[in-house]
Amino acid sequence: MRPLSIVVRTICNIFAWFVAIFGAYVILHGHLTPGGGFQGGAIVATFIALLLVAHGGKSFLGWVKKEIFSSFEGAGLVAFVCVGFLGLSTTFLYNFLALKGGLFGSAVPIGPNAGVLNSSGTIALANIAVGLEVVGGLSAILIFMFLGMRYVSEGGKEGVKDDK
Amino acid sequence: MSWQVHLPALVVSVPLLGAFISIAMVKPRLRNLWFATILVATTILAFLMWRYVAINGTLVYVMGGERWNLTLPSGMTLPIRIIMEVDAFGAFMALAGSIATLASGLFSVRFLDRVNDGNKFVALFFLLFAGMLGLEVTGDFFNFFVFLEIASVASFGLIAFWRDRPEAIEASFKYAVLSTFVALIFLIGVGILYGVYGTLNMAAIAKNMQVGFLEKLALVLFIVSLAMKSGAVPLHMWEPDAYGQAPAGVSCFLVVVGQASLYGMFRIAFSVYGQAFEGNVLAWVIIVLGLLSMFIGVIMAVIQKEAKRLMAYHCISQTGYMLMGIGLGLLALSSSQAMSEYGFTAMKGGIFHIINNAMYKGLLFLTAGSLFYATGTTNLNKLGGLARKMPYTTFMFAVAAAAIAGLPPFNGFVSKLLIYESSFVVHPFLAVVAMVTSILTLASFVKVFQSGFLGPSRDDLNNVREVPLSMVVGMMVLCVMIISLSMMPNWVLANLIEPAARDLVNQASYIQAVMGSGL
Repeated sequence: MRPLSIVVRTICNIFAWFVAIFGAYVILHGHLTPGGGFQGGAIVATFIALLLVAHGGKSFLGWVKKEIFSSFEGAGLVAFVCVGFLGLSTTFLYNFLALKGGLFGSAVPIGPNAGVLNSSGTIALANIAVGLEVVGGLSAILIFMFLGMRYVSEGGKEGVKDDK
Repeated sequence: MSWQVHLPALVVSVPLLGAFISIAMVKPRLRNLWFATILVATTILAFLMWRYVAINGTLVYVMGGERWNLTLPSGMTLPIRIIMEVDAFGAFMALAGSIATLASGLFSVRFLDRVNDGNKFVALFFLLFAGMLGLEVTGDFFNFFVFLEIASVASFGLIAFWRDRPEAIEASFKYAVLSTFVALIFLIGVGILYGVYGTLNMAAIAKNMQVGFLEKLALVLFIVSLAMKSGAVPLHMWEPDAYGQAPAGVSCFLVVVGQASLYGMFRIAFSVYGQAFEGNVLAWVIIVLGLLSMFIGVIMAVIQKEAKRLMAYHCISQTGYMLMGIGLGLLALSSSQAMSEYGFTAMKGGIFHIINNAMYKGLLFLTAGSLFYATGTTNLNKLGGLARKMPYTTFMFAVAAAAIAGLPPFNGFVSKLLIYESSFVVHPFLAVVAMVTSILTLASFVKVFQSGFLGPSRDDLNNVREVPLSMVVGMMVLCVMIISLSMMPNWVLANLIEPAARDLVNQASYIQAVMGSGL
């Protein structure tokens, strides 16, 4: 896949970041607004897709290695299971941070309100873990699809190594 | 409160953790150690869960609740949160499944040396393990669907693991399409019940069950989808391909995963619908599925020339015995006289056959895997005279083949005898089909034994040697299980099988464990 024109690349350079920030917003506000870890992660992965399409795969893979996405994936999954294990003194996945104060445990006032961001306890942690996993997973899928396209378009000659 | 109440969550989450961490393992040696550790740990957890349930009765577990058994907080009429519910039948299935998985995992350790992305194999293997155990401990319809999907997706990857073989890709693709299709059918059934009862908890639905048109529709969807997942006959077409093409350790594992779907079918038939479903239609559907699976499976098996494919057809045929045994139990569910006359015996036979099949069918797949490891083929026309060169494999194959054919000292005989006795009471035809199937099973395994292990040794197989130690150990686990099940059938029947059969029949206790008696 060759890079697109300078117009597209410039627009992408400016606006792709907003996509990433919006995705992070959706992940972090998962317990307050529609969306959550999976949806936000998918939005952040479109950031990767934009870069990949606008700048072409060759320069993109020069910036980041694909292994980093696999490590995101693994880290997110392990973090999620660990959040479950941490609640095990009560029950698996018990929300042990809620209403305890601190960064994740502030109380929510009764009645209509705009929502308190740091009130969700372990739900926020789980959302972040899922977000990380989905960013890694979907980006890795995109990159492998790109590698497959390159493999096919170049007649399978170029040494695209096994997806180890 | 002992830590053991957390076991239903642990048996699912420990293999999940194993799967996710194994992706990051860099050194193969370390990864193999991790693989074996988590396998053994999960099997021990499953054993402890079985023991806990045997002593303390049905175990419920509320994920993320304030207390592990707070299923119904005060003021609620329906249970909230995700609830795991393990009765003796579920714990029994989890135990049988984990033992077979342990064996197939130990067998696969050496197989990992031959592939270059063994980390992914380990990750998929543990995901499949978590999915299978999840199916057997969950008490919630939607979670059942989720675990069904986890197990399916992991098995797609494992079946196609030799992806340079077009047949493996084809088998995996066929299974992927069919399995996704029936999983969605299952989900529609879940949606119907959710629409009618407003809850997804199996016990809560069972308590409020009033069988009308929508409930019958949902039941049809459940039975069709789970019959396909477990490979009963009109829907068995994926099974010979998938089991035949998967790596041998995985084929052994897929047998018990198929049985987990069977577990779901019985759970829905007995615990969710149970006596609310009047008439014998459901029971006869299950019995006829069993008859068809038994007979068509075995006549297809007799003509096969490829050992693993032959065994896969036998797997279909053995599923028929379980379906028939437990279907007869369902037939007797509404009358206590019929239950004591033939129903309970049939259920004992069916449930005993589940653990028997997990052991000997698993062992047969592993011996086929050894043949492939040693000779590079499982085509019976290209094998011969291996008994001298592979004495351990030959011995294990002989044990497993005798057990599956139902020869008297072995465990297969006990469970089949229970099924013959009870099905004869209902109609002699059922018993006749079961016996003919058994004879044909013996015939086809005599054929495999003769052409694979006996006869003069072939020149092209002169360099064949016995498989490595870890593979022999994997097979040994199942062989020891078969011999101990054969040695003490009375103990097994009294301590493993009867509690499971009693809990499966006792719908009231299943409901009460979640809903309490007060409501």
